[in-house]
Amino acid sequence: MRDLLLCPPDYYGIEYEINPWMSRARGADTPLVQAQWRGLHEKLLSLGCNVHLVPPQPKLPDMVFTANAGLTVGRKFIPSNFRHKERAGEAPFFAEWMEKHGYEIVWLPDDQFFEGEGDALFAGDALFCGYKFRTDVSAHRSVADILNCLVISVELVDPRFYHIDTCFCPLTDGGAVWFPAAFDEYGQRTIRDHVPGLIDVVEEEAAHFSCNAVVLEREVVLPEGAPELMKALGKRGFNCHPLPMSEFLKAGGACKCLTMLMPQRESVA
Amino acid sequence: MPSETIELRGHIIDSLILPKVLDEIIARGSTFKIGEIRIGEQRTDQSFARIEVTAPGADELDQLILRLRQHGAEVMERKSVQLAAAPADGVYPQGFYVTTNQQTFVQLEGSEVEVQPALMNSAIVVDLVAKRAQATKFYGVKKGMEIVVGHQGIRVAPLQRSTARADVFELMSSNVSVERPKSAVIREMAREFQRSREEHGRILVVGGPAIVHTGAAEHFEKLIKWGYIQLVFAGNALAAQDIENALFGTSLGVNLENGGLAHQGTQNHMRAINAIRGAGGIRQAVASGLLKRGIMYTCVKNDVDFVLAGSIGDDGPLPDVITDAVEAQKAMRAKLEGITIAMMMGTMLHSIAVGNLLPATVKKLCIDINPGVVTKLTDHGSFQAVGLVTDIEPFLRELTDFIEEDR
Repeated sequence: MRDLLLCPPDYYGIEYEINPWMSRARGADTPLVQAQWRGLHEKLLSLGCNVHLVPPQPKLPDMVFTANAGLTVGRKFIPSNFRHKERAGEAPFFAEWMEKHGYEIVWLPDDQFFEGEGDALFAGDALFCGYKFRTDVSAHRSVADILNCLVISVELVDPRFYHIDTCFCPLTDGGAVWFPAAFDEYGQRTIRDHVPGLIDVVEEEAAHFSCNAVVLEREVVLPEGAPELMKALGKRGFNCHPLPMSEFLKAGGACKCLTMLMPQRESVA
Repeated sequence: MPSETIELRGHIIDSLILPKVLDEIIARGSTFKIGEIRIGEQRTDQSFARIEVTAPGADELDQLILRLRQHGAEVMERKSVQLAAAPADGVYPQGFYVTTNQQTFVQLEGSEVEVQPALMNSAIVVDLVAKRAQATKFYGVKKGMEIVVGHQGIRVAPLQRSTARADVFELMSSNVSVERPKSAVIREMAREFQRSREEHGRILVVGGPAIVHTGAAEHFEKLIKWGYIQLVFAGNALAAQDIENALFGTSLGVNLENGGLAHQGTQNHMRAINAIRGAGGIRQAVASGLLKRGIMYTCVKNDVDFVLAGSIGDDGPLPDVITDAVEAQKAMRAKLEGITIAMMMGTMLHSIAVGNLLPATVKKLCIDINPGVVTKLTDHGSFQAVGLVTDIEPFLRELTDFIEEDR
């Protein structure tokens, strides 16, 4: 049974603009927000997950995106150092909660930006980390030191896909779903070299954040609007669970952004 | 050209960060030199690379470094040079840095300053107030001067081979051979002379008396008259034999017209020197009408500057000869500004001495009948040197013929 961390969207809203998806002119519909988040919560419970809830905090609307809380491996939790001051206030609340729940907190140096699982996903024995928009390569090095694992750093080049979890989703069969154009040519080459069985997502579906999916063994919880990807995943033996995510897309997030795996890995190989 | 040293660490091989950084440097018209590289052995081991990046300008370097920082490059902090005071006049402090003939920069309190001139076998005297660094010979040192010690904060910019065109220096990059297609090399040298002229370069000739006694003086005089030569360095012998030839038609008593020994010819040499001593010097002898032809005459008439340096075996010497070796060296160095080509012909002593005074950026043509001399000269720390083993007369004849064709 997977342990997951979610945060109820009590204070969620579009209150600032820190990525191309956000527009204060296009606010979130509160009842719909609640319904879509509850839909995800219930889906994860129905798939047998053990869902933990971190209490939301006023004035921290993006705390709902728990994937950016940090990175959990075994009992170690590496909290994020958010690039934008708007989100920096979330870090102590997440760290405090994790500490209270028995995790060892390992902070990164203050000058290294790192946005947690949003920019750090294991595929095979390597941790794939995105850089440039939110996370610094220097933080990748520190994470590699802390976890003693191979960290593959890939540059993100499309500001719409500002975290690696918006364009890359490792699968439990060793493959991954990805939107290649979100990476520079070196990043594309690196991912092709290291990850067998890649499923390319077309731009239209990538723009629905189809790569922002929660993968639980053979179950894939993803935003609706990705018929081709669902077909490809079906052929590989995965069951897809599309969910409406329109209100979270307005902030540049979807299923995976709303979920932190606790831990993402029990240990590194 | 400005440069910075960066360090990359992490899984830079698996992530292709290292090739990406190197590609980016090249794509932006800059160059790199990998100073150190350590590749991790285990899969989880991180790798490390220290890279010196040189850009065409300061702005380009800033832009490049900004970009490389995104890939995780850390810029090394430049440490200032270490200085020590000269303990006495003419004495460098312990551990002083010995210069090469390459372009050299020193880091002085946060800014990089070029050492002037690029002069080998000197020490670097620093003026922190004026932000100046000067390559200084022993005799230039005064007690208390601040002199660079150790290697910290020093950057030597090795000469870049030009990629724009293959000139004679690239064509003849190998060592000296007596079996070279001489005509082809000489033609290229002639082109190099033309290029130097078009680019307002200055050509220095370092010559020995062989120019006169092989009968090559007339060709050399043509080069001077045509304006290809701006400076001549020689010893007493070249000038004395040239003047003997001008006054008596002999060189060390040998008639240059027919090769025969002139009557009492061996005395001509001494008589020629005496005549110039009597006139007060070469320029005075030209002015008075005593000296009417020859290399030295042509130099004076065409305003080509010359420095004559003495040596122990000199007869006379001529009044123009500087017999104090240190003073002669100073006089030569004072005139080297802007020299782009140095052609050294038929003198080991003067060629090696001048070679030590020249920056590596000056192209050197070394012509001597003795392969040992040519090898010694072209070996002198610069690939911008071409050596040709040949007699001086046929060489200069062919060179002037080619230049005349192209004029």
